[in-house]
Amino acid sequence: MSAAFHELLHSIEATERGLEGVGYIASRPIATAVYLAHHLRKPILVEGPAGVGKTELAKAVSAWLGIPLVRMQCYEGLDESKALYEWKYGKQLLYTQILKDKLGTALGEEPGLEAALARLHGFGDLFFSEHFLEPRPLLRALREPRGAVLLVDEVDKADQEFEAFLLEILSDYQVTIPEIGTVQAVVPPIVLLTSNSMRDLGDALKRRCLHLHIGLPDAKLEGRIVATRVPGIEAGLRRQLVSFVQQLRELDLKKLPSVSETIDWARVLVLLHAHALDADLVRNTLNVLLKFESDIETAEPQLAAMLQKARREAEPVG
Amino acid sequence: MQGPLLDFLRAARSAGLRISPAESIDAVRAVEVVGFTERERLRDTLSLVLAKTVEEKRQFEECFDRFFRRDSFRTEGPAGPGAAPSAPSVSLPGEAAGGGGGGALARMLLEGDQPGLATAMEQAAAEAGLSNIALFTQVNLFTRRILERMGLQELEREIAQLGDAPAATRLRQGRDWLREQVKDFVRQHLQLFAEGENERYREQRLQQTRLTAISRRDQDRMRILVRAMARRLATQYGRNRKRDRRGQLDTRRTLRRNMGWGGTPFLTVWKQQRIEKPKLVVLCDVSGSVAALAQFLLLFLYSLKEALSGLRAFAFAGELIEVSEILEREPVEKAIPQIMDRIGFGSSNYGNSLADFERGWMQILDSRTTVIILGDGRGNRTDPRVDILKRMADRSKQIIWLNPEYRTIWGTGDSDMLRYAPHCRITAVCNTLKHLERVISDLLRDGG
Repeated sequence: MSAAFHELLHSIEATERGLEGVGYIASRPIATAVYLAHHLRKPILVEGPAGVGKTELAKAVSAWLGIPLVRMQCYEGLDESKALYEWKYGKQLLYTQILKDKLGTALGEEPGLEAALARLHGFGDLFFSEHFLEPRPLLRALREPRGAVLLVDEVDKADQEFEAFLLEILSDYQVTIPEIGTVQAVVPPIVLLTSNSMRDLGDALKRRCLHLHIGLPDAKLEGRIVATRVPGIEAGLRRQLVSFVQQLRELDLKKLPSVSETIDWARVLVLLHAHALDADLVRNTLNVLLKFESDIETAEPQLAAMLQKARREAEPVG
Repeated sequence: MQGPLLDFLRAARSAGLRISPAESIDAVRAVEVVGFTERERLRDTLSLVLAKTVEEKRQFEECFDRFFRRDSFRTEGPAGPGAAPSAPSVSLPGEAAGGGGGGALARMLLEGDQPGLATAMEQAAAEAGLSNIALFTQVNLFTRRILERMGLQELEREIAQLGDAPAATRLRQGRDWLREQVKDFVRQHLQLFAEGENERYREQRLQQTRLTAISRRDQDRMRILVRAMARRLATQYGRNRKRDRRGQLDTRRTLRRNMGWGGTPFLTVWKQQRIEKPKLVVLCDVSGSVAALAQFLLLFLYSLKEALSGLRAFAFAGELIEVSEILEREPVEKAIPQIMDRIGFGSSNYGNSLADFERGWMQILDSRTTVIILGDGRGNRTDPRVDILKRMADRSKQIIWLNPEYRTIWGTGDSDMLRYAPHCRITAVCNTLKHLERVISDLLRDGG
């Protein structure tokens, strides 16, 4: 295990500060998860609604520890030739062609067929060696000399068979390639798996992971996140905006706005040089927060009341 | 330091969390890393290691709080009414009798030594194996064992020796108070360690009870069970599945796949069979006694939605109506009474209902549709219209008839079941949750 990480990850507080340093405001459970992932050498399975920063967490960890991020996006039909390794068929074919011409010279001096065959065996498994191996994300993550952050994104979208295939990597940080043997990680990568709960993942996979659930943040945390991500925003506007979004989440909506939408909205407001929320502004930019027409219709009649409350809540402090 | 953690794991298991031995080991390792000192941190850590769904996280947190809140003694009530503070001056006959530490309990009671008593109780509880408690009938047993280990006999003897002295009264009060405390403590443990056992027992029983006989009190629990069962099936069968037809080369796709290297077949592709999601049409008899069963079948199917493609539900008694929309809009437990209001409780007329179906919805049946009919087949001596069922069987892939009555009474009295049966691919007795699960699971496995 690299000494450099160990230094950085010496306590949960250090983890929290470190992540904050690269612009990721981690709640206590998140920091604890990253800390434990390193010390117990276990992958983290991150679940939660879309846009709460699951993928972002992996990026932040990689940026903070200064190790490469290897990302593997899962989808239905993903198999090991796309996830782990593939033989370079084209190159193999090309080499056989070249070899065909050279074969005469290579075997020419041998007196009989048997000797020629013996000689041929001597070449070994030329075509199934490292030279012809095309590493895919998983293998690449294992071979990173300084360790890596391996992000297996949306693992719930992959097939169940693929999940089973991941188990070896997740528990032992090694993979088995039939033609070559077992490849062991140089430095065990920090593995994050994300899931949107499209389907329930298998117990075997869950058992091997730390399970982190990231929910929608409370007002305080969200305020800090917006402050870090959109530094140009005024404090008063930020408080209004956070309070407004928090209220919006209490409505009965199809898709609740999550943190990424809040940040987008904050950016939009900064671009528009807004200093405070007002009814027109909100109405015109509401589509940044709400992605369904029906949701906008639900929210519309209550905008005025929510705005008022947001202003009131922002005031006493600012 | 592992003692309390292991106790907690037991408590968590009985609260319904599934914790494997491997996870227990992880928990121990994780706690070694973060330490026992901070409760919040411990909680975060264990939650990461042990609870693997949002639901489990909630359960976990409840259990964690309950477990670590049981700081043994209620501090507000010292030994009996006004007893303890002035006590130390009383001389104890226990010392005179030379009981060799036997008077310890009496002294602690008289001095109101809360922490001492708490420690003694914990220790006695551990010796008595309190964490093995499983049934509420054991409360008294364990209370007595713990009290005995704490030195109750000694105490009784001392009280007897003191006779009418004021110290005796105080000790008597102290003894009664202690008994209550220990009893509370045991009850707490029962709740902590045994609740899950009872729950599991009750769930098992419910799965095998006739659905029509389930009491109102148990219905909520039933619904949770049904949902859980459906969820399990849905994850198992929720996606399009493929089955390899072994040994049959798919020439077209093999050529396509190997185009990159000049058609030399490096990779072979085999023919596959897709297992489709079943398309269901459900007809539920909601008259009288079958209604309870219909409710659970509909609840089951609606919880299964992701594993089914398109589900149309109909309810009938005297006549037939489509109820898909009501079920879509309302949770099943509310929807059922609504449906009942509209057509329920009349006497059933199968012929009439089937005719209604043929008139309005026959065209939704096609060769991929499975029709499930739930009913007892008792049409009150009206024309059964078997001919319509035959036409439905011809149009659809199959008809499955679920009947809550036992096979032996099919065809007796006004039951037309035996006349319907030849047109159904499957007829099955279905009156418990277990039956229901078996039927639906078979259906999903073969892709309807």
